[in-house]
Amino acid sequence: MAEVVLSVRNLRVEIPLRRSVLCPVDGVSFDIPPGDILGVVGESGAGKSMTGNAVIGLLDRPAFIAGGEILLNGQRIDNLPREAMRRLRGKEIGMVFQDPLTSLNPLLQIGDQLRETILEHLPVSKKEAADRAVAALEEVGIPAAARRIDSYPHEFSGGMRQRVVIALALCAEPSLIIADEPTTALDVSVQAQIIALLKSLCRERGTAIMLITHDMGVIAETADRVAVMYAGRLAELGPVREVLTNPSHPYTNGLMGSTPLASKGKKRLNQIPGAMPRLDNLPTGCAFHPRCPQVKKRCAVEPGPDIESCGGRAACWFAGELSS
Amino acid sequence: MSALVSIKNLTRIFDVSLPWLNRLIEHQPKAFLHAVSEVSFDIEENTIYALVGESGSGKSTIGKIIVGLLAPSEGSVEIGGVDLFRESDKAKIEATRNGVQMIFQDPYASLNPRWRVRDIIVEPVEARGGDGEGLAERLLEQVGLSAADAAKYPHEFSGGQRQRICIARALAAEPKLIVCDEPTSALDVSVQAQVLNLMSDLQEEFGLTYLLISHDLTIVQHMADRIGVLYLGRLIEEAPRDALFSNPKHPYTKMLIDAAPRLDGFGREVEPPTGEIPDPINPPTGCAYHPRCPIATERCKAERPQLRELDENRVACFLAV
Amino acid sequence: MRDSLSRAWKSDFIWSFSRSPVAIVSFIVAVILIGAAVLAPLIAPHTPFDPGTLNLMNGFSQPMQPNEFTGETFVLGTDDQGRDVFSTILYGMRISLFVGFAAVSFAMVLGVSLGLIAGYAGGWTGTIIMRIADVQLTFPGILVAMLIFGIAKGFTPIHLRDQMAIWVLILAIGLSEWVQFARVVRGATLVEKNKEYVQAARLNGRSAFGIMTRHILPNVMGPVLVIATISLALAIIAEATLSFLGVGAPPTQPSLGTLIRIGQGFLFSGEWWIILFPSVTLLALALSVNLLGDWLRDVLNPRLR
Repeated sequence: MAEVVLSVRNLRVEIPLRRSVLCPVDGVSFDIPPGDILGVVGESGAGKSMTGNAVIGLLDRPAFIAGGEILLNGQRIDNLPREAMRRLRGKEIGMVFQDPLTSLNPLLQIGDQLRETILEHLPVSKKEAADRAVAALEEVGIPAAARRIDSYPHEFSGGMRQRVVIALALCAEPSLIIADEPTTALDVSVQAQIIALLKSLCRERGTAIMLITHDMGVIAETADRVAVMYAGRLAELGPVREVLTNPSHPYTNGLMGSTPLASKGKKRLNQIPGAMPRLDNLPTGCAFHPRCPQVKKRCAVEPGPDIESCGGRAACWFAGELSS
Repeated sequence: MSALVSIKNLTRIFDVSLPWLNRLIEHQPKAFLHAVSEVSFDIEENTIYALVGESGSGKSTIGKIIVGLLAPSEGSVEIGGVDLFRESDKAKIEATRNGVQMIFQDPYASLNPRWRVRDIIVEPVEARGGDGEGLAERLLEQVGLSAADAAKYPHEFSGGQRQRICIARALAAEPKLIVCDEPTSALDVSVQAQVLNLMSDLQEEFGLTYLLISHDLTIVQHMADRIGVLYLGRLIEEAPRDALFSNPKHPYTKMLIDAAPRLDGFGREVEPPTGEIPDPINPPTGCAYHPRCPIATERCKAERPQLRELDENRVACFLAV
Repeated sequence: MRDSLSRAWKSDFIWSFSRSPVAIVSFIVAVILIGAAVLAPLIAPHTPFDPGTLNLMNGFSQPMQPNEFTGETFVLGTDDQGRDVFSTILYGMRISLFVGFAAVSFAMVLGVSLGLIAGYAGGWTGTIIMRIADVQLTFPGILVAMLIFGIAKGFTPIHLRDQMAIWVLILAIGLSEWVQFARVVRGATLVEKNKEYVQAARLNGRSAFGIMTRHILPNVMGPVLVIATISLALAIIAEATLSFLGVGAPPTQPSLGTLIRIGQGFLFSGEWWIILFPSVTLLALALSVNLLGDWLRDVLNPRLR
């Protein structure tokens, strides 16, 4: 019915402290249509995981959503009561985290965990739930699924566990999956398997995926569109090919230049001086201006612009004039 | 050019048996993990040699043996002509050890939180009875921090700055060889670039030799002169950088290069590699890679291939051409 | 930015203190009691253990009431010998606290050293140390202390027994409490020794002793201080128990426990103040120190590294 599965409008997350208020996510807006993968990329402290947690309603106290809207299939979910939100998770939103062990109960057979999730969210009989559990494991590529369904999480390898988590996220047929660094803990060969799996699921089922990662290579190969975050704000948002090959924001540009992949043959990498500012010590104006190679007077004085007011791609006053 | 480091037939076996009582009750035999098996390679002076491999490949174990944190079960490590585990002259070993330093993966765990940066940096000198007066301040400026930072504690620095302090500490001993164990895998991309650039600069300035241990092919491709690929504790291919990336011979190397995400790989459909890394306690017979190898034959299951020269590469595969 | 984190940590410490009424009250009580004990010779109106100043006629004076023979008034009354209970408590607390601090220090030095060695050396050395600790844990601490006290007393010459009693007491309580320290320090050492800064020190040729004392020890002291505080309360109670049972501080150097033992003889004859006031003091001392330890543990726990 809706053209977008997830729509985030002006999301703002705050952490009240004793003396001040931190704002790890500020004014973030994006949409994900069905069957689309949105890559959210940024360095540690950029607020990418916090954004994902806000969407699934799993913000750790004392962080809370202080402003903006989150719409799932056209319905607001940011103000739902806890119980309703809990039912929504799993049913409408699946989750895949970096460490598969945190998502699996070590004391339950994976079959029990799958069946329980299916029975809770779907109106099916026990028999059918059991069949669906096996089917889900087969779909994520676990060999001999009917036999392995009685295994405990520790009996699987890291890559297989991550597949089980994906099966668990999928089994209630959600319209959105939030994958937070799903391959960071895995070896290269297993990472390639998991990425291929996510892509095929997205294509075959039309599931929308929000893929949070720090790895530009993973984003390039997986995502349709990419959101680059810096210090809690969106720096750039657009189709992945355009953003990565022709960045409009100086931060994206610097990030691409500092990736060893992009600098084939060059002896030195382009480096961005300094480090991501701490949340309790954000610079005035555009948060990136102290590290920006083409900073102008305006950047230090006026707060960073919205993406919409700068042509829809990058949150930079001089987005079009990037000399790369 | 001469080889600064020469590693011959290096093997390290860990006893991973259960306690004897459990073995007695459960009728379990002793279990051994061959973390490193018969690995030989040379590192030329003033070059960067990289060891790549996935988890369980034994790359970190080799690094720890070279710096002396672990003893080999078999084989030898020669640095500057001194065989570290057979030389009888203690002073010679001490002098050689002094010239080998290490940079660790986790910049948060590798600095003692209770020590001032000054004391941390001069530790290699001070632990061997030397005097490090003014050394910390000089080195801090060399790695891009300020002399005033010497009086601070590690918690006042970001991850990238801490890694700079680790580099300064490694430099304090005026080393010839620095073993870098995943030096940037805990850092963000933009900070990683700073640290890699610093490492390159210092190599030129001091004529350093690096052994770079990493799982990240992009870093290895950027930094290394020569690369060794490890699988399950064995060296399966070794080649100069360009030869390895343009013309990988071993099917495992090919798979690794192919599976690594690429920045220009928009919508690339990779045929995902099959299988997973086997249990290193019970490795497959013959070539350890054969269960996952697309071109494996009966011979690969039965017989273990030895390293052989092929063009510029050394490769342990019967079928490589 | 300079020192901002350590300042934040310190202010957190103080902030958490200011938010905990229990900690504030405990702290005030403990400071008053310990201060009073330290300053006893200045505060105490009488020197109760100098026989020359005692007047038997003052015996059994009720608190706050003039003695019927001498007309003197004692705040907390007197005992059978005419000793001022308030003064005996002040001096008794000195003994109790001295024994407590000394025993805990002894237990701490012993336990921390053995824990460091067990954790860092591991292997058979570690196994033997920790097995001894496990075996000792299966006996009640007070029993161990009595056993050690008895054995040690047997070895001291008779004419030295009273002088040595305090030191034997310290030895006994210290030996019965080292296990806590050893276990915690061993656990923390196992974590620290695998950290990369220890590996860096090792490859730079620092000796095992140097690594234990200079690298690991400073990083395991947080939990040790928590245990030391809680152990202090336990040591004070253990000392009182031993003295109450008559195997602790001698009557010539009475601790709070000795005072309670003396006082219990008069409980049923109506002289309640002789036992009540030392008991209340012991309770306040042990409770305040214990609560402070609990609070300290809660504050430091999330920061245990």
